[in-house]
Amino acid sequence: MTTFRLNGRDVTVDVPDDTPLLWVIRDEVGLTGTKFGCGIGMCGACTIHIGGRATRSCVTPVSAAEGADITTIEGIDPEGNHPVQQAWREIQVPQCGYCQSGQIMQAVSLLKDYPSPTDEEIDAVMAGSLCRCMTYVRIREAIKKAAANARGDASNG
Amino acid sequence: MIKRIAAAIVGIGVAGGVGFLAYAWYPAIAPVAPPPPSTFTAAQIERGRVLAAGGYCAECHTRTDGVRGVELAGDYKMDTPFGAIFSSNITPDPETGIGHWSEAAFKRAMRKGISRDGTQLFPAFPFDHFTHMTDQDIDDVYAFLMTRAPVHSVKRDNTVGFPFNIRLEQAGWKLLFLHEGPLKYNQQQDAAWNRGAYLAEGLSHCSACHTPRNLMGAEKASAPYDGAPVDNWIAPPLNEHNPTPVVWTEDEYFKYLRFGSAPLHGSAAGPMSPVVHGGLSEMPEADVHAIAHYLAQIDHASTRVSQDPKALAWAMNASMKDLVGPQVNPNAKLYAGACAACHANAGPQPVEGRPDLALNNALWLDEPTNLFQVILRGIGTTEGISTVSMPSFYHSFSDADLARLATYLRATRTTLPPWTDLEKKAADVRKTLPTPPVASSH
Repeated sequence: MTTFRLNGRDVTVDVPDDTPLLWVIRDEVGLTGTKFGCGIGMCGACTIHIGGRATRSCVTPVSAAEGADITTIEGIDPEGNHPVQQAWREIQVPQCGYCQSGQIMQAVSLLKDYPSPTDEEIDAVMAGSLCRCMTYVRIREAIKKAAANARGDASNG
Repeated sequence: MIKRIAAAIVGIGVAGGVGFLAYAWYPAIAPVAPPPPSTFTAAQIERGRVLAAGGYCAECHTRTDGVRGVELAGDYKMDTPFGAIFSSNITPDPETGIGHWSEAAFKRAMRKGISRDGTQLFPAFPFDHFTHMTDQDIDDVYAFLMTRAPVHSVKRDNTVGFPFNIRLEQAGWKLLFLHEGPLKYNQQQDAAWNRGAYLAEGLSHCSACHTPRNLMGAEKASAPYDGAPVDNWIAPPLNEHNPTPVVWTEDEYFKYLRFGSAPLHGSAAGPMSPVVHGGLSEMPEADVHAIAHYLAQIDHASTRVSQDPKALAWAMNASMKDLVGPQVNPNAKLYAGACAACHANAGPQPVEGRPDLALNNALWLDEPTNLFQVILRGIGTTEGISTVSMPSFYHSFSDADLARLATYLRATRTTLPPWTDLEKKAADVRKTLPTPPVASSH
């Protein structure tokens, strides 16, 4: 039995301790916004927040989340209007979209650590989030836009 | 003449032997009826609970291999160079635990390492530290243990082979290595230092893991706090031989021991995690400050701390290495893909919650053991920085991948010579993990 908070509500699941957290979120709880990509923590599609920090859920055993406060893409804003999501829409970042919830979760975490990130900081932190459609240029632009919006800048500079 | 000399030698030998036996022999202390809980006050039991946490009783008296045992019911498997020792049941079960132990019997065990029935205990039980505890503290621990629910549980037999299984030898060991009784108050030092010394050397027995042991299994008096292997991890040196670039100051020690993470060193993983989260986090804050104060004097932090700004600047520069622009080095790409999202740091110092590897103990130790342990196991929310977790890369990385990562990090995030034989060492660490922590995702 593992108990944690998921998007603000208490969840208890009775699954083997070594079950990947991603499976629990998708199959037990039924939140499918978080995606399965590589299954080995090398692509970022399954990124969620544990304790506010971006974490690859496909290689996190559920037992390692005991008592954790977990947020998924469904939980960062009830209306889907988190500043990063807004910037994503404004810039029209996604192409196929599969990696995007992971990208957004990683970006939200990045902006907490580096509220006005440089290109270098974006590259370093986002390097583990792969996009086969090569939307990287727009991802970077959207991150800067979200940062600018949060600062209240008129333009994204 | 020769006969007389021989007779004299035999005589001395016999006298010595008799003397030794007299020294080594302890009577059984008569069994008592388990004391009813009303024997103890609630305040005393609560003090005992905190002390038992700070002495990590449950860590070594609860089975963890195979099945998880009931807390304090013993049967924890401790691998020693002499064989496996299984800890005893210290719940008040009369038959299999310490239910028949009087306070005097318990105190004798803590002070002298003698069981109630008079047999010698192995120093896997750190009575060489508990001997320094005050009467009051030992009584309080007794009150706590005797008010737990009794658990009927028989431990497995030790696998210590001949001749080390002869318990009587422990008396000789004690003659050499047990310094019985309280520590002397050091007038040269302040009250916090003395309190820290009492806790670190006594109740919390830090050096039991952090000091290397000699061939007889005793802590080497010549190398206190020099670091040692324990439970397939490395307990790092706590003295000036600790290799991390930034010094372990009192502040760093306090944050580590209280909250499980030192911003400029890393988080409490492996066997150190329960020391913090099951142990020191229960202690009064002033006591943890005292331990930090004491340890910071052992590593002479104040005389070395002036180097820190330079070391920190170097580490922060190293942290961003190879993460910008196109990369052709496959090892750098492995790091960028798997680790950098959480561990890369820009700016003058690491962001809280982004443990920087260029500052981390695991990269600077003589062996990659702890690095491999952490990568393979991950760190759960009940360990290290509680609230966050690190995934397990057990299935992600082959031993060759682990070797590549370790080679790369050692070369780019430290100034130390390369580790050797890494693939084998990765395989060795992997073998010590009981079960794969994450089921294969494919």
